Amino acid sequence: MATNLSAEPQMLDRRGVDRRAFLKTSAAGGAALLIGFHLPARASDPAQAQEKPPINPLNAWVRITPDNRVTLILGKSEMGQGVMTALPMILAEELCVDWKQVSVEQAPTDPKIYDHGTGGSGSVGGSWLPLRQAGAAAREMLIAAAAKKWEVGTDTCRAENGYVLHGHPERSYKYGELVADATLLPIPNFKEVPLKNSRDFTILGKDTHRVDAAEKATGTAKFGLDARPAGLLYAVIARCPVFYGKVASFDASKAKAVPGVRDIFPINIDGRGASTNGGVAVLADNSWAAIQGRKALEVKWDEGPAAKESSEELHKQFVANAAAKPSEVIRNEGDANAALAAAPAGAKRIEAVYELPFAAHVCMEPMNCTVHIQGDRAEAWVPTQAPQWAQGVIAEAAKLPPEKVVVHTTLMGGGFGRRYQADFVMEAAQVATQVTKTADKPVMVLWTREDDMHHDFYRPASYHKCQGFVDAQGNLGAWQHFQTSTSIAAKWGDKGEESSGKGEFGTGATVPYKSPNIRIEYTLAHSSAPRAWWRSVEHSSSGFVVESFVDELAAAAGEDPVAFRLKLLGDPSKLPQFGGEPDSPPLDTGRLRGVLQLAAQKSGWGQPLPEGEGRGIATFFSFDTYTAAVAEVSVRPRELKVKRLVCTVDCGRVINPNGVRAQVESAAIYALTATLKDAITIDRGRVVQSNFNDYKMIRMSEAPPIEVHLINSDEKPTGIGEPTVPVIAPAVCNAIFNATRSWKKAVRIRRLPIRSEDLA
Amino acid sequence: MGRRLLEGGGAFLHIFMYPGPVVEYGPSRSPKPYENAEAAMAITFTLNGKSQSLTDVSPDMPLLWVLRDVLNLTGTKFGCGMALCGACTVHINGVATRSCVTPVSSVSGKTILTIEGLSEDGSHPVQKAWIEEDVPQCGYCQSGQIMSAVALLAKKPHPSDADIDDAMSGNICRCGTYQRIRKAIHRAAGEPAKA
Repeated sequence: MATNLSAEPQMLDRRGVDRRAFLKTSAAGGAALLIGFHLPARASDPAQAQEKPPINPLNAWVRITPDNRVTLILGKSEMGQGVMTALPMILAEELCVDWKQVSVEQAPTDPKIYDHGTGGSGSVGGSWLPLRQAGAAAREMLIAAAAKKWEVGTDTCRAENGYVLHGHPERSYKYGELVADATLLPIPNFKEVPLKNSRDFTILGKDTHRVDAAEKATGTAKFGLDARPAGLLYAVIARCPVFYGKVASFDASKAKAVPGVRDIFPINIDGRGASTNGGVAVLADNSWAAIQGRKALEVKWDEGPAAKESSEELHKQFVANAAAKPSEVIRNEGDANAALAAAPAGAKRIEAVYELPFAAHVCMEPMNCTVHIQGDRAEAWVPTQAPQWAQGVIAEAAKLPPEKVVVHTTLMGGGFGRRYQADFVMEAAQVATQVTKTADKPVMVLWTREDDMHHDFYRPASYHKCQGFVDAQGNLGAWQHFQTSTSIAAKWGDKGEESSGKGEFGTGATVPYKSPNIRIEYTLAHSSAPRAWWRSVEHSSSGFVVESFVDELAAAAGEDPVAFRLKLLGDPSKLPQFGGEPDSPPLDTGRLRGVLQLAAQKSGWGQPLPEGEGRGIATFFSFDTYTAAVAEVSVRPRELKVKRLVCTVDCGRVINPNGVRAQVESAAIYALTATLKDAITIDRGRVVQSNFNDYKMIRMSEAPPIEVHLINSDEKPTGIGEPTVPVIAPAVCNAIFNATRSWKKAVRIRRLPIRSEDLA
Repeated sequence: MGRRLLEGGGAFLHIFMYPGPVVEYGPSRSPKPYENAEAAMAITFTLNGKSQSLTDVSPDMPLLWVLRDVLNLTGTKFGCGMALCGACTVHINGVATRSCVTPVSSVSGKTILTIEGLSEDGSHPVQKAWIEEDVPQCGYCQSGQIMSAVALLAKKPHPSDADIDDAMSGNICRCGTYQRIRKAIHRAAGEPAKA
């Protein structure tokens, strides 16, 4: 049933919480109750605070039809994290419908509609209240409609399982029967509509099967790479292997002779979101012909200045930056320098350098985008976490107003932040613009695995120097953390390389361990490598650094790692997030203690292990969620086996425990891969790694059993896609230290990924 | 884990030396690229129970792309193009095979089964187990995972965890669903759920 989801601008009254209900008649003559509302990208949404009220803040709708079906229409991307299951559960609970009555549709992209995209582990936290309010509003309207028909008071009616019920003997109306009447009633004020008491929840908090398992088990789920509009052409792009190199010249003669190749032409992309400067497109009848055609294409590259860059050169920058005065002091309480210099007798002092490499996203489905430009309109099939950005990019390339560009957000084979980019959309838009000059056909630009590995937006490489000491009383006398890195801010911030490095620490700057002297510093290292948001972003490095460093301090003080952390966390208190957004929730050290202690308890912390085996622990607060992990490892010279991971989570009220556990398992394997396997390295300005032979993945035989324990909480729900990532690497490395205590020198890993020679 | 790539005399033979997954990777490609695709004979094979006869494909086109782009069966996925990830796994004469390195010419006269052919409606026991255990997350690797699992169970109806390691380690899951896959395989094998 076609539904026009754009609301007239003048019906808006205030930003953030808004509601609209109206009767819509489809071509078939049916009615529908349609309530529009707004889901912010995150629970505390900085964009909302800063932007002017949008033309139309609606980006989600509940539709109830006479056949008693409830549809949640929303602009959230399903990349495996389970939002298409969790969000409808919240709605179904408040609306009092059988969960099986609810279906989910992807909202069409409309530039007048406020849509932040999907990322930052923000969907559940941001949607929690608005979805409940929308569900409750619809419920109250349906109750009011029934009460009016029965001529009874609404307080004598109740909603249950898709029915409004009243009296003895019980009378009932299905929701579908009330739709037409309900639309004539006033819409309740979202802020005042009564919400269910949590003790009456029948859906939330229960293990629920994900809605998309069947289509994904039958091969019927359609990903971006599966788009097959009629007449589809396929293209691959030859890109300069050196960062931001350009085409000097190319010889297409051999390529054009490859059967199936139709055309070859250069394309350019630019702007902050471009991963390259474009390249040469090979257009063909099918994917294989395009790939073979590109193999036969001869391109001379103008490699440009990035050809001088390498991992070795970058490392030299890191070392020099660490030896010099930092460019920026991010945080300074007390006087850590003085305290370190004057550390008293009996103080245990640690100085440690931690290093993390560039990391690739490695979505199983390589990047791709399909675009069809047809004169005055365009249509696209995009596996994207940012559909409006995609829409804008295509509109710009096609010289169309954005509302003339229809973007179908497809399922995607992994997102992890990579698909919150528009570089692959820019390329496809450019190719489609060229195609449309001679043929009215859609074109898919597909990336091979090599393309995907070489032209990622990597997790930044970083180098951290930490200094601290524990005094004779066991207090943390000073905590000093210097970081130099190829920052995200330098690439994406409005101030470019002058941007603050504060964002490169995230909650790593909040430091929950009490000390009177805390100093955090930053210096930018230069690199042409494209970089951006990789699962857990800056927390993937700051988690490793903070939780390794506190563990080293514990060992230096001769204290148990859990007891030491608990002591330094002190009594439960709420620490403002350092450098956080104005309304970001504080770090509640009581909740951090909770996940830490639960992980210790569930892993049998303290119980003896055989020689060569050890446990390590880490705990972190990120994306408003508290996580901890214990890793159990066995170490022999040059050989490491991760035997078990025990992960704990406090993400507030759990919507779908099954879904939360799946995300924790997922983040754990993702982080373990980055900890144990390969780094992305640079040589002559190009990424060295190209496929799974040299950027290896954890496989079935190496995947340890992962136990997940969730804290039961009534707090507001917070995210879970990313928060387990930061605790895995430090838990494993801390475990290695404990497993090798009896060695001549216990092994302290400070550089990732772990190499076998580190375990000598 | 090691991998050896032999290139000699124009023949391309890919050997994946990994603790014995139960798959084949297709025979060597023909030494020369096929010069005149239009003059090729028909390549005939059985696909999901039906006979297919293709006359206009390059014989060296991997079966993966024939399935996806020529026959519009997109359930079999592209992940690496080098038989390293398993997303492209199909059955050829009952053997789990990486279709991305299997030239279509080599399947002439053979029987091919893809994910689409396992059942009309997801009712294959392995698919049912996958759904019951909520195995998929993004879902992209799962066609290949299921095809590998079905081949394993055909050979070993009650596989041990070591059997599962061997058979399934050629299939990468970036979302980390490995322990659920393992549980689903045991479930499909009719074993009682472990604690």
